[in-house]
Amino acid sequence: MATSIDISDLNIYYGDFLAVEGVDMTIRARSVTAFIGPSGCGKSTFLRSLNRMHEVIPGARVEGKVVVDGQSLYDPSIDPVAVRRQIGMVFQRPNPFPTMSIYDNVLAGNRLNAKRMKKSEADDIVERSLRGANLWTEVKDRLGKPGMGLSGGQQQRLCIARAIAVEPQVLLMDEPCSALDPISTAAIEDLIHELKSDYTIVIVTHNMQQAARVSDDTGFFNLKAAGQPGHLVEFNATSKVFSNPDDPSTEAYISGRFG
Amino acid sequence: MSTTTTARSAPTAVSRRGDAVFAGLATGAGLLIMLALAGVAIFLIIEGVPAISASGEQAYGKDNIVLYVWPLLFGTLLAAVIALLIATPLAIGVALVISHYAPRRVARPLGYLIDLLAAVPSVVYGLWGRAVLAPAILPAYAWLADHLGWLPFFDGPARTGRTILTAAIVLAVMALPIITAICREVFLQTPRIHEEAALALGATRWEMIRMTVFPYARSGVISAVMLGLGRALGETMAVAMVLSASGIITIDLISAENPSTIAANIALNFGNASGTKINVLIFSGLVLFVVSFAVNFLGRWIAARGQVKA
Repeated sequence: MATSIDISDLNIYYGDFLAVEGVDMTIRARSVTAFIGPSGCGKSTFLRSLNRMHEVIPGARVEGKVVVDGQSLYDPSIDPVAVRRQIGMVFQRPNPFPTMSIYDNVLAGNRLNAKRMKKSEADDIVERSLRGANLWTEVKDRLGKPGMGLSGGQQQRLCIARAIAVEPQVLLMDEPCSALDPISTAAIEDLIHELKSDYTIVIVTHNMQQAARVSDDTGFFNLKAAGQPGHLVEFNATSKVFSNPDDPSTEAYISGRFG
Repeated sequence: MSTTTTARSAPTAVSRRGDAVFAGLATGAGLLIMLALAGVAIFLIIEGVPAISASGEQAYGKDNIVLYVWPLLFGTLLAAVIALLIATPLAIGVALVISHYAPRRVARPLGYLIDLLAAVPSVVYGLWGRAVLAPAILPAYAWLADHLGWLPFFDGPARTGRTILTAAIVLAVMALPIITAICREVFLQTPRIHEEAALALGATRWEMIRMTVFPYARSGVISAVMLGLGRALGETMAVAMVLSASGIITIDLISAENPSTIAANIALNFGNASGTKINVLIFSGLVLFVVSFAVNFLGRWIAARGQVKA
């Protein structure tokens, strides 16, 4: 189910503005890949280009190639809706659907496929997904309650459950812990460790300890100068990036010295 | 006690004179509205009450006031409800195009255009409905009477275009801007993170709208429809000009015999009324006042309830 992603010479534009320039990397299957870098360096934009979510913003487009499982995501014959069903996403702020119960939130993606599900089948998906997101024991007695009634950390795990309910190949996470307290963050990080046996995970984070803790590979993004496009400075095994990086600016960034 | 009070209030009074003036003006304006509303209500009640005992000639040939007002109320509600059945889907569609479908350079002019509809005087709508729409739509009514005549609504015979359905269509056009404007605003307020949640799950744009925009906007849409209903209920001139009324109760929408509406009936008859007939007409105005008030109140109540929930 999990699959690798090959990115070659990817440029991302908003209108005429080049936001991210010339990214080449291979994201390994069943591993966690972290992107770090200062704000505005394009790491979130790059992450969103991996499931074509950046196209939600008018004028956004890409040049270059993103190949998942031998299939180019930006081939004219590919429907972005189909891409997003294969590549799930978790956002910075927990965003369960406010009018839906916990149960319906988990099934939201499955119901989009418009297949009629048997009740038992739906129950199985809900339990499997919530167990997968380490949330089952906390909510199994109140599946009919609104998802907004949960704590922030629980809401974020509900969003992860919702994303994995459709069994995507890849799970993208855009600063999934930045709105959470340390205990909830630890719960999500444990979860990421468990999920990588089944999914290819790509995570953007501002927290370098988090990148060091959860990821196998790390990409460092930076701006050449203010107003210049963001670019990938270094992409290596996490252990190498944090102990012996190739690029001096990577070392400056992770040791807290910018420049 | 008194010294501390003066010590504290004296500088406050000096430094806040501007505040006091504006607070006084604002309070005065608010009170004036209340007084105007109360004045209207009291006038309607005092002048309307003598009509309760009216009958025969005084009640335009009806046995009592209820028999006189009920057909008018029926016509008012019928025209307004049909108008909303036409306007609501149209308004929601237009609002969605503006908020979620059209590119910005198309959406803006379209929004202005819809707002302009609200600026057209109702007498112009009346002229248009009578001189343009009514003759133009008559063939359609004839077709409806021929092919859908088995439905009680389209019994016919279609001899004039100036029917309750034509009046309702004109009312729909008039109610469209207010419903569209409110729907557009609430649609635009849908939190972006919810829309993105739906899109990231692989929702198409329509599925995203159904999953996030509609649930979020439901109470706003209901209150928009209620405000549109208020507008349609009270509209006078356009209906008076378009409708060829005979004051009967029927659900046949395209015949030459149409129920009138309260507002149009008052406008057409008040000039010639005298004695108790004036009270009768004012009483019908009181009924309309109460119904409009209830509709607006209901709309606001639903909107407020929805806000608490969201």
